[in-house]
Amino acid sequence: MATPGARSFLQVAATEEVASPLRVVQIEGLVILKIIKHCKEFSPALVTGQLLGLDVGSVLEVTNCFPFPVREEDEEIEADGANYQLEMMRCLREVNVDNNTVGWYQSTLLGSFQTVELIETFMNYQENIRRCVCIIYDPLKSNQGVLALKALKLSDSFMDLYRTNNFTGEKLREKNLSWVDIFEEIPIKVSNSALISAFMTELEADTPVVQCDYDRLQLSTSPFLERNMEFLIECMDDLSMEQQKFQYYYRNLSRQQAQQQAWIQKRRLENMARKAAGDEPLPEEDPSNPVFKPLPEPSRLDSFLITNQISNYCNQINGVTGQSFSRLYLTKALHEN
Amino acid sequence: MAAIEHTALQFSTSPSSSLSAKVHPLVIFNICDCYVRRPDQSERVIGTLLGSVLPDGTVDIRNSYAVPHMSAEQVALDIEYHHNMLISHQKVNPKEVIVGWYSTGLGVTGGSALFHEFYSREAPNPVHLTVDTGFVNGVGAIKAYVSVNLSLGDRQLAAQFQEIPLDLRMVEAERVGYDILKTPMVDKLPTDLEGMEASMERLLALIDDVYKYVDNVVEGHVEQDNTIGRFLFDTIASLPKLSPSAFDKLINDSLQDNLLLLYLSSITRTQLTLAEKLNTAAQYAGMPSPVSATLLVGNLQPSVIVSQRGRSR
Repeated sequence: MATPGARSFLQVAATEEVASPLRVVQIEGLVILKIIKHCKEFSPALVTGQLLGLDVGSVLEVTNCFPFPVREEDEEIEADGANYQLEMMRCLREVNVDNNTVGWYQSTLLGSFQTVELIETFMNYQENIRRCVCIIYDPLKSNQGVLALKALKLSDSFMDLYRTNNFTGEKLREKNLSWVDIFEEIPIKVSNSALISAFMTELEADTPVVQCDYDRLQLSTSPFLERNMEFLIECMDDLSMEQQKFQYYYRNLSRQQAQQQAWIQKRRLENMARKAAGDEPLPEEDPSNPVFKPLPEPSRLDSFLITNQISNYCNQINGVTGQSFSRLYLTKALHEN
Repeated sequence: MAAIEHTALQFSTSPSSSLSAKVHPLVIFNICDCYVRRPDQSERVIGTLLGSVLPDGTVDIRNSYAVPHMSAEQVALDIEYHHNMLISHQKVNPKEVIVGWYSTGLGVTGGSALFHEFYSREAPNPVHLTVDTGFVNGVGAIKAYVSVNLSLGDRQLAAQFQEIPLDLRMVEAERVGYDILKTPMVDKLPTDLEGMEASMERLLALIDDVYKYVDNVVEGHVEQDNTIGRFLFDTIASLPKLSPSAFDKLINDSLQDNLLLLYLSSITRTQLTLAEKLNTAAQYAGMPSPVSATLLVGNLQPSVIVSQRGRSR
């Protein structure tokens, strides 16, 4: 009787170990400004930096961050970068900044961030920190008057698959994982200390129109859309390449199946003949035959990522065209008045 | 001699020099954050300001970091920390150099002269920024000073802190939106369409205001003001004069371009969903044929885009 009780106690203990899922990323206004400053200054080069903060239940608080120097391929400099990181964290700890790494931020060009490298970085971080997040900022999109910040993490089911590096169609179907499920976007909250909020209220200009209004009402969106389309076309090319790979695979597979069928057919006829002659039948399977060697299935990871990317571009195009519709109708109405 | 060095005169009259400073909102945020996180016993925070001097002589303060220091009686700065941090910052952005230092509190205090002297050795003519985090007068005063040496013949008498004009218009903060930066907690970032709506509402409110003003002037309720009139005239004149038909064509063309793009992206999305369905179906059946169907669809897409794009340009 005691054993099941103990087991349930163990079970309870085990379930308590499981952390509550990450629901919200709470960013300080300071961090937003720092990220924007760093990304804008180096745009169009892509930059990264580290996020510092606290992990409180289902909320991940990002309270500070620092930029990484632009990376170079040299190994010596890479070691230098690690030193820089340690030094910076030590210095920040001395002025009482939270000293926990909670993830990293990076800038992106029109949201073209869904790459294998990003996933690898994620896995690297995940090894050390249980919960980490990547904040993505798009300086180009922000010029349209939107705050283009996104907090992402990899979904758990995807991480399991990635660890085993098994992206065959069968495995994916088993896990019921589609391309939408690779990244999870986490809602962002912004918090400011009372002191900052007081200063900002004090400093807020009393003009009725601010910079982001000008940005939003800018009529020319075609460069942005054109870039988007260019990227979309590139992605389409990549996707069709991937599809060709699959087609090739399936063609080979069906050829192999046909060969197998033919072989089995032949063997059966032979067996029938042998039976008629009173001999023992031969086995119907022969693993040593090259016809039965399984063909390696190409990984679907790339095509998943590309699909993700495409749907991202589509969303952006939809968003921007939606905005320019309202702008155009506004202009029309104003002109008619 | 030491007594003389400690003397600090503070003039709040308008400065004679043309020097001015511009501050990035990040600096204010950083200072406030450091102040909130200051050690228990200390009353103020001191730190280094980084930035550059613009060609017109304006000091552009773009970044800052706090430097630990001893409490008020003994004025001592952690110089080693200061240098470490400087090296780290310059690795990221070598263009940002020391332009001055900041301290919290209202105005210049006695110890400021010593810190200032230290920073004078680090940078030529440093700017001293004070941020009144205590809201002593009920307002959060942010002021910038430069120091001028008062000397009599060869003898240095004192350092005089002169206030210089400080540009607090923060375009960067406006880009992010004050609504996000001034409230203690924002639950959700505004989406692009919400932002658009807000902008349009503001624009319409402005136009309404102008209408009301003009009506009032025409009816004689308000006295006319030539400068405002000129402004309004300039604004209207800045609109390009287009014939209605040309304007209609312009608007309709861009509308159609946009519609086309919208259509295209919707089609692509539909294709993606379809492709996924077919891919999984192929796996279920174990049959290769539906995949090639997807492939056809996938192949079709780029050529469609290319041919449409030629038009939209």
